Amino acid sequence: MNKFVKFGLPALTLALLGAGWWLGLAWAPPDREMGEVQRIMYVHVPLQWMAMMAMFINFVAAVTYLMRQSWKTDAMAEASAEVGLLFGTLGMITGSIWGRPTWGVYWSWDPRLTSEAILLVSYTGYLVLRRFVEDPEKRAVWSAVVAIIGAINLPIVWFSVRWWRSLHQVQSSPKTVDPQMVLPLRVSAFGMLALLILFMVHRYRIALAERKAEVALPEALPTDDPALRASHSSKVA
Amino acid sequence: MPPLPSGSAPAIALHDVSKRYGRRWALARLTYALPAGRSLLLTGHNGSGKTTLLRLIATALGPTAGRVEVLGRDAVKDRDSVRRDVALLSHASFLYEDLTAQQNLMVLGRLLGVDAPQDVADALLNRVGLNRRTDSPVRGFSAGMRKRLAIARLLMKAPALALLDEPFGELDPQGIQDMEGVIAELKAGGTTVVLATHLIEQGLSLCEERLHLQDGRAVVA
Amino acid sequence: MSAPKPRRSPGLLATTLVLLRKDLLIEWRTRARLNALVFFAMATLLLFSFALGPDTKLLERNAGGYLWLAILFASVLSLGESFRVETENACLDGVRLAPADARAIFLSKALGNALLLLALAVVLVPVMVALYGVRIVTGVGDLAGILVLGSLALSAPGTVYAAISSNARARDVLLPLLLFPLVIPALLSAAKGTTLVLQGDPMQQLGSWQGLLLGFNLIYWGVGFVLFPRVIED
Repeated sequence: MNKFVKFGLPALTLALLGAGWWLGLAWAPPDREMGEVQRIMYVHVPLQWMAMMAMFINFVAAVTYLMRQSWKTDAMAEASAEVGLLFGTLGMITGSIWGRPTWGVYWSWDPRLTSEAILLVSYTGYLVLRRFVEDPEKRAVWSAVVAIIGAINLPIVWFSVRWWRSLHQVQSSPKTVDPQMVLPLRVSAFGMLALLILFMVHRYRIALAERKAEVALPEALPTDDPALRASHSSKVA
Repeated sequence: MPPLPSGSAPAIALHDVSKRYGRRWALARLTYALPAGRSLLLTGHNGSGKTTLLRLIATALGPTAGRVEVLGRDAVKDRDSVRRDVALLSHASFLYEDLTAQQNLMVLGRLLGVDAPQDVADALLNRVGLNRRTDSPVRGFSAGMRKRLAIARLLMKAPALALLDEPFGELDPQGIQDMEGVIAELKAGGTTVVLATHLIEQGLSLCEERLHLQDGRAVVA
Repeated sequence: MSAPKPRRSPGLLATTLVLLRKDLLIEWRTRARLNALVFFAMATLLLFSFALGPDTKLLERNAGGYLWLAILFASVLSLGESFRVETENACLDGVRLAPADARAIFLSKALGNALLLLALAVVLVPVMVALYGVRIVTGVGDLAGILVLGSLALSAPGTVYAAISSNARARDVLLPLLLFPLVIPALLSAAKGTTLVLQGDPMQQLGSWQGLLLGFNLIYWGVGFVLFPRVIED
């Protein structure tokens, strides 16, 4: 397991992303309407998918934490939020780069983009909250509550923004996908999944180690090691 | 609700109780039982864990590990039931600065479902010597007056177990004497008292049992 | 000693009303603070007209949005204040240990804040009418409905987040950072609804915005009711 994470997973990630992007850049045909620019899709779309997946993991971890407290679920929540925010931000930047030559603008107020922007701001708030609460138990409970409320908000935001926009004009984003584009997209998506897992595993380990360090300092007294306990009590008595 | 049946379950039972605040252990593997009907003097230096222990017994905090039993009930599972019978006089006064003395007591009286809360509040203000400040907002009170109002608040609950954290602090000699009177009265009424104080002489004259805390652990006195 | 027993512990609703009454009493006794809040919101309305220049058409068209932004900014202050009162002498602990049901604490705080925002909105509407030169087209009842639903929608999630941020560092920054993205749907529909009331509603859209606000309220009053005890209990 450890060896796989250290060597196998990075190799797999590189191989899949390399293959997917080579297929996307060299093998797949350019888009009929958008031309070569469209090839950014093989980076942009997998990033967005993985950001969504990370946010979903965050929601599940938060619910699990409130039902059964454990530092593992809290660490998982922290890892998924941070990696999800990274992927989402990169996804949004690549989307803007794609949007400029295609729509003529970096940004449009279409429901998908607007919802994602709100989502990213929500998770920024979530991570700021985590930094601003020192007590690890309180931090875990409060951030779980915030994560759940934020996740519930997502569909509401999406519907409300869609209504709001539909009262003006409908911004259509053509998503015609050629069969020859499916394979590179699929391979890049799996590559991005491997990258997500790689980042998550490392971030999770760091978070868990931080929790462990927070709750068990050297001078922490109630230890499960009977030898240590005896030495402590003899010092005091 | 009748006071605890003496002779049965201990008033307070701590089983291997630990409490951590962030990076610091405030209480470490504390095990202790206070026999029913006895009162406890809690001593120890600042930061030794006295306040934390009182807050755990009052269910203001939950233990990080271990089990706290109060009046024969689990302080986590039967929290509401424990809260009904336990009252805490803490460093923080629990008083709303912008309400008057009487209003502060009446809020608690209404939460408890006390009949005629205003009459009860006035009687208690009389008891603690604040009858002339009934309608003054707490914001203008001195530290000693706040302490008196806080003890009136505690008496409003008529608790089976009274937890007093430094009750003599910030009181003048007359106030200390009055406080001793209140504690003696509580005990005479069948209330178990746990007293955390630096004034060991006063404490020893009021309590039968003693527990000394050092760095969050019990030390035989 | 005259022990004030026997007693029957009041139920959830009675506890909520006791606490709500207490909160309103505190608001009344500190009404200078309340006045300051009203003037803050009015100043916000006034500043929008300066920020956008003397374009009266633009102001008229966006009046609904400015009204709700002013209410939202004021709500951050009033929500923070409603929990500052509780942390001052650890009063929230006193109420918890009384004991009062944590869900009743949520309901009383959220209702109290909603009433405050509603009162603020009622004061702000005439100011808006005067400053931006708008008039109420579809009816006062429609406007009242939007104001009530909007105030409730801001206060339910706001109460949960104010309870959290009142105990964290940098609480003044944290509350808006958490609250603003969350209440966007409520802000959107309240502003839209108000605009329709002021500009006329030829396509009968007001109902759907009111429906969205109602749904938002149902969800967050429910979520707050369930999750709030976890926030304040150790």
